[in-house]
Amino acid sequence: MAMFDSLSERLQGVFEQLSSKGRLTEEDVDAGLKEVRLALLAADVNFKIAKEFVASIREKAVGGAVLQALNPGQQVIKIVYDELVTLLGEGAVKLNIAQRPPTIVMMVGLQGSGKTTTTAKLALYLRKSSGQRPLLVAADIYRPAAVAQLESLGKQLGVPVYSEPAGSKPLEIVHNALARAQELGLNMLIIDTAGRLNIDEMMMNELVQIRDQMQPHETLLVVDAMTGQEAVRVAKDFAEQVGISGIVMTKMDGDARGGAALSVRSVTGVPIKFIGTGEKADALEQFYPDRVASRILGMGDVLTLIEKAQSEFDEKQALELQAKMRKGTYDLENFLEQMRQIKRMGSITDLLGMIPGLGGALKNSDLNIDNDDLKHIEAIILSMTTQERRDPDVITASRRKRIAKGSGSNVHDVNVLLDQFKEMRKMMKQLTGNNTQRGLGNIMRMMKQKQGGDTRLPFGAMRDEEGHALLAAPTNGSSNRPAAPSNGVNRGGSNRNKKNKKKR
Amino acid sequence: MLRRLFGRKEQPKPEEVQQQLAQQQQEEQERIEESLQRTRRGAFGDIFNLFKGKEAAAEPITEELFEELEMLLYSADLGPQTVEEVQYVLRKRYQDAKLTTRPQLYDTLKEVLTEVLQEGYEPIKARWEAWMQPGYQPPDPVDESLPMSEEQFKEAAKKLHVILVIGVNGVGKTTTIAKLANYLQNRGEKVVLAAGDTFRAAAIEQLQVWGERLGVEVVAQKQGSDPGAVVHDACNRAVNLRADTLIIDTAGRLHNKANLMEELRKIYKVAGRIVPDAPHETLLIIDATTGQNGLTQAKAFAEIAKLTGVVVAKLDGTAKGGIAFAISRNVGVPIRYIGTGEKMTDLAEFNPRQFVNALFG
Repeated sequence: MAMFDSLSERLQGVFEQLSSKGRLTEEDVDAGLKEVRLALLAADVNFKIAKEFVASIREKAVGGAVLQALNPGQQVIKIVYDELVTLLGEGAVKLNIAQRPPTIVMMVGLQGSGKTTTTAKLALYLRKSSGQRPLLVAADIYRPAAVAQLESLGKQLGVPVYSEPAGSKPLEIVHNALARAQELGLNMLIIDTAGRLNIDEMMMNELVQIRDQMQPHETLLVVDAMTGQEAVRVAKDFAEQVGISGIVMTKMDGDARGGAALSVRSVTGVPIKFIGTGEKADALEQFYPDRVASRILGMGDVLTLIEKAQSEFDEKQALELQAKMRKGTYDLENFLEQMRQIKRMGSITDLLGMIPGLGGALKNSDLNIDNDDLKHIEAIILSMTTQERRDPDVITASRRKRIAKGSGSNVHDVNVLLDQFKEMRKMMKQLTGNNTQRGLGNIMRMMKQKQGGDTRLPFGAMRDEEGHALLAAPTNGSSNRPAAPSNGVNRGGSNRNKKNKKKR
Repeated sequence: MLRRLFGRKEQPKPEEVQQQLAQQQQEEQERIEESLQRTRRGAFGDIFNLFKGKEAAAEPITEELFEELEMLLYSADLGPQTVEEVQYVLRKRYQDAKLTTRPQLYDTLKEVLTEVLQEGYEPIKARWEAWMQPGYQPPDPVDESLPMSEEQFKEAAKKLHVILVIGVNGVGKTTTIAKLANYLQNRGEKVVLAAGDTFRAAAIEQLQVWGERLGVEVVAQKQGSDPGAVVHDACNRAVNLRADTLIIDTAGRLHNKANLMEELRKIYKVAGRIVPDAPHETLLIIDATTGQNGLTQAKAFAEIAKLTGVVVAKLDGTAKGGIAFAISRNVGVPIRYIGTGEKMTDLAEFNPRQFVNALFG
């Protein structure tokens, strides 16, 4: 959603028109609440839930604070935001671990929701975070190559997978898996089941049978973040027929607003325990209600953005680079490193695209460096001597010839690279002159500062008349994140198949 | 069925083909009806009851009726914009035509919704229709065991129809491809598949299993290889096999990931080099359960890829696929097929009127 469509803008629009009357009436506030309801609907919050939600906040909204506020729009948003956060439930809910192992976890959900990928992610996560020894169980016997998929993931992660040849039924498979786990001394069973429709009696029955036999400690409903209105019906049916103890929202790295999260949480009362944020096995994260609330309201997920950018970009390095740029001692090695870093970030446009409105503008930016270009540039620079990289001015014509030959390019290419580099070096010196706010490293710091140090505020700090931040600092420690994983959170384009890239 | 009729060396009689085809189409239609019945029992069934249910039908048209309708349209994922538009047009027609009964209004509602779906809709031109024309001359039989000359290769390349299938993760691309292959085979086409998802675990195997079930060749490389390379191979292979259609499977990709979208562009370049104008069709698969993000997806993919059609998959669930209305309205790309299950026969050509009727009854 573009910034200009955002709820805050629309609310401001609504209330601006009315403020000429002096005081707001209840009807005026209702007009604003209508916008809120529309925003929730556009975010895929279930129709009934959106209606109930708006009704429930109406009292607070028509209370004195809003009617007399100088910026009622922002007051309304604050009320909405706070209520959403409360409804979305606690963050950081732990998985139920059995007192007496093995812990049995069952993954359920519609087709394509991401169960198999999440199964693998969960195994990795639990192994890392609490030293669990999981056994993955391939209980999807319907989808072609579903078993192969889980086996492949297991192999990739070094996690054992239990499967049986075609012909076995899921009930037998899970039964035998338990025995195997005990044989191997594994203390956790994560059962990947087939995707199924909540209205498919036979398939739902199968789940019930597995549940009855295995008595799982945790039944996780995997829900795609882009699910629309039906999320409610699906969640309700799974909860009622099979029973669920937790929800995992997947594909949160997309730009779906994720209203389904509110819907499933509301209708089942079950906590959202994790979110999936990518295709790689490490892309499983804790659920933060405040971030999802922001996202549902179309205010973007700035915190996640900052973290992702930080995890790829070493601030210390950035500062050093900055200093070099300023002094004009920025050299080709720095240049190469910087290009590699940009490449590693998995495309800065993906990250910045999380800021509503900015994403579109950045699509055409030249921050996206083609993999081939990078290889080419790397080859040329690596054909240089250390001295040449540190001081490109010494590169004479004969040296250029040598470099061209050594890198399999031609002198023209080398010339072009050197010219571009020199231009860039000159520009950086000018830009970083006295203004230390420039440079890639400081984009993050800039954003933090803009928000007055409270990184939870959505883009464009909101303050009341006395300058107090409208959104209070978090009490659940959501700002205190452990060190974010540093291996490619975003899947790169041609970098997707990283293991096949030739080492230089 | 038709496959047998269109064996390369025989010329089928038009009447034979007509009959077989009609029978086939009827069976397909029945199956689709059955699947959509379930969907009908959801929100759209409620709409029916609202207007034509035993008691409701006799009641007057009230403001509450419009409100109820609005709620039902929202719950079908039509989205705020489309719901407003439909309501607006419906009200206008109701006033202009001075409608008095609910059943009348109901029919008008169906009209309006059909019109929304008709924007950008084009019936699919079947290639086999040429074969049914009187005086059709089948091409001279070619000894396919002999290697092709360059000339022959170029000729065969011109005849190959290439379909690229794209979409975000988990929507049903691979299953839809199997269905499409089956569908085309049943209409006499020789189909080849390309396992262009080189990223996801066992994605290649998944397509290969389908290939075996269908008796169709699947061109693949190892997991982790460059999708462009697979496409290159597949185009060559399909031309050498004198196939009629090549369907390319791709990895799921979220439309907000710039470099993955970039990867798509490369696939276009590669395909176009071997087969002129390939891919001739680009089908975007949308999951019927998707909410408003489906529209964002369609728009984003339309920018990067030359979308020629949309397939709404998983309509056998309770989701009404209301996003199809929003996409029709806003993206200007026709909906080509609908998917109604996990079997290879669960595919139907999209037709606005039939779709609305099947959903509403």
